[in-house]
Amino acid sequence: MSEQLALLPEYLTGHLQLTLAALVLAIAISLPLGILAVRVRRLEQPLLGIAAVIQTIPSLALLAVTVPLLAALNLRSIGFLPALIGLTLYGLLPILRNTVTGIAGVDPALKEAARGVGMTPGQQLARVELPLAMPVVVAGIRTATVWTVGVATLSTPVGAPSLGNFIFSGLQTRNFTAVFVGSGAAALLALLLDGLVHAIEIGIARRRRWLVAASLGTLGLLGVYAAAPVVAALLHPGTRPVTIGAKTFSEQYILSELLALLIQRSTGLPTEVRASLGSTVAYDALASGDIDVYVDYSGTLWATILRRAEPPPDRATALAEVARFLRERDGVELVADLGFENAYALALPARVADQLGVSRIGDLVPHAPRMTIGGDYEFFSRPEWRAIRATYGLRFAGERSMDSSLMYQAAALGDVDVISAFSTDGRIAALDLRVLEDDRGAIPPYDAVVLASARLAREQPDVIAALRRLAGTIDAARMRAANLEVDEKGRTPADVARELATALDAAATTAGLGVAEIKKDVELKLHLAGIRGMVSPDSVNAKK
Amino acid sequence: MIELRSLTKRYGDALAVAELNLTVADGELLVLLGGSGCGKTTTLKMVNRLVEPTSGEVLIDGKDVAGLAPHELRRRIGYAFQRVGLFPHMTVAENVAVTPSLLGWDAARIRRRVDELLELVELDPALMRERHPDELSGGQQQRVGVARALAAEPRLMLLDEPFGALDPLTRDRVQQSFRRIRDKLGLTAIFVTHDMGEALVLGDRIAVMHGGRLLQVGTPRELLSVPADDIVRQLMDTPRRQAAIVDALLDPGTPR
Repeated sequence: MSEQLALLPEYLTGHLQLTLAALVLAIAISLPLGILAVRVRRLEQPLLGIAAVIQTIPSLALLAVTVPLLAALNLRSIGFLPALIGLTLYGLLPILRNTVTGIAGVDPALKEAARGVGMTPGQQLARVELPLAMPVVVAGIRTATVWTVGVATLSTPVGAPSLGNFIFSGLQTRNFTAVFVGSGAAALLALLLDGLVHAIEIGIARRRRWLVAASLGTLGLLGVYAAAPVVAALLHPGTRPVTIGAKTFSEQYILSELLALLIQRSTGLPTEVRASLGSTVAYDALASGDIDVYVDYSGTLWATILRRAEPPPDRATALAEVARFLRERDGVELVADLGFENAYALALPARVADQLGVSRIGDLVPHAPRMTIGGDYEFFSRPEWRAIRATYGLRFAGERSMDSSLMYQAAALGDVDVISAFSTDGRIAALDLRVLEDDRGAIPPYDAVVLASARLAREQPDVIAALRRLAGTIDAARMRAANLEVDEKGRTPADVARELATALDAAATTAGLGVAEIKKDVELKLHLAGIRGMVSPDSVNAKK
Repeated sequence: MIELRSLTKRYGDALAVAELNLTVADGELLVLLGGSGCGKTTTLKMVNRLVEPTSGEVLIDGKDVAGLAPHELRRRIGYAFQRVGLFPHMTVAENVAVTPSLLGWDAARIRRRVDELLELVELDPALMRERHPDELSGGQQQRVGVARALAAEPRLMLLDEPFGALDPLTRDRVQQSFRRIRDKLGLTAIFVTHDMGEALVLGDRIAVMHGGRLLQVGTPRELLSVPADDIVRQLMDTPRRQAAIVDALLDPGTPR
């Protein structure tokens, strides 16, 4: 708990920055638009229509879509800006609609009176229409406030720190204290902001100046609190911290913390971790220089960045091709191959596998029509899945997408029969699942590689040198053990990363770096001999 | 002096007001009389440009109102209408003070004027000043409406059935006090009503409208004695018919 609470100021500040800025913008845009829509009636339907369509886009998608759009415009594509744009768009409709409804709903007799006593159109608006529409307009602002606080938790995957960081990482690492802290803080913040807006409304309606002043003052203080770090950063532009990205699963959290630790130690540079980035957001962020380092997987890059439909001929080719392509197109450096693969792998409970007598993917073919397969959100639309089906002629009775942190449990409980597991997930062994051998090589290799941005490679050679030393130091067993510590034993990624760093140090001092290099060489030879790392003897099945 | 010259208003194909010519002398109260949809309200609203004429012109003291900014024109003309339109978010005092404050009067002058007007419309300033419109009876609201119209000391008033929604007793009292106010201030006014009795009580002259056209203009006496056509005659007969019914009720010999 205290560990989570220590993170609260940072995430809360980020959340407040986003929420307050988005609300101010949404009000500044939709209030004048609403007034315009009432004045020029033929604009009303189009304006409300556009706002309503924006509202129907799922909020996570809306936030995610702004990332490539900003990148196309050559703007900072991850972090505060895309989240702010998404949230602002999301807040438009309730304010716009209530402004239109509120002003249009003012008694025509009062509008006539306002003209009749000699008010100019501006005075009619300021002295009669807006004051009378105010309760309705404020109701819209309050709706937008509560929505914005809630939706702002979804800015985490686009790289803007928010209370969503607690929720995303908590759900992935099964740390429900984090989920509770994040959700609770968001709920309290929503209540607080809603209450303040409500208090301003009451203060105006009942003409209590002190109430309006107190509420505005509190909002102002919150604004100052949120803006303070930004202003401080502007006033004291120190060295920019090395920013390390992480996607949304335990292994990525652990590795990002590990990279941060190693960089701090070997170069003394400050670091910053941007965790829980969306899968493609992470690469885009690196290519555009919004983050400096993160870990990705050769097979993923092969399919989603190089956009190759065919699987790579072998592991070494994949690495070489990926490294060449990323450097040529984006200036991104493939700094180190960590020494393990985290591949897609079909897995099922060992008990069932023994009953059915299946050990290779091909053995599933006769049973598949009576089975359902569970996979993470992207698996069934990925080229790997098409390749597996085409290579083996697999036909399952059903496909179910679910959160990757839940699918292992689902397989163990029999909710689904087979899952698309990640080969380094500690829960494969912990829940006694069996990984099926990909004997026909349908699944490409997924070597974990450290990628560095062009800027980092150019400006911080010592960081690159430090990262290079990681090459071949983490094998699949070690990664799997680390993942299990987080996933099943409830330890924090930072904790496990510290332990991992110590273990790596020990290995380096006792055996020297050479051993890791040799080991990597051996792995590669094994691979070339047709034994894939994920199903090789040192892998899961060796445990039984 | 107000002059309406060939004043015409068309809504699409419908002719709301057709070629109206009319003059209101200084200090005169002219009643525009007619049934609903006869164009009397439209005519009234063309004077302060709440409605823009299709053709024709309105001259006030010889000046075409089309040449003035609408809000400036309206600040010089008191306007009261049946639905009153008191601003619910303002107090009685603020409602009355609207036009003076738009004109930039100083606070002390406005305060004096508000009290003066509330007394004029027979409301106790001390009691009423800080109330909100929803705390007033219908009659009190109508009076505040008239006070608001008079606030900026206009020489010209436009009234559109300002007492229409009142019960007969209240209405009678408010009409009487309005008459006194008008006599005291010497206002020039156009007063729209469909009520023959009100027209006879208040009007120096009455203009009868029907279907957007002016049928006859004259003093009540002229209209009663020499009606121009059947419609005017029937209209003028209504008070007599009502009086006859009342007489019959009072005479015990006549069966009902």
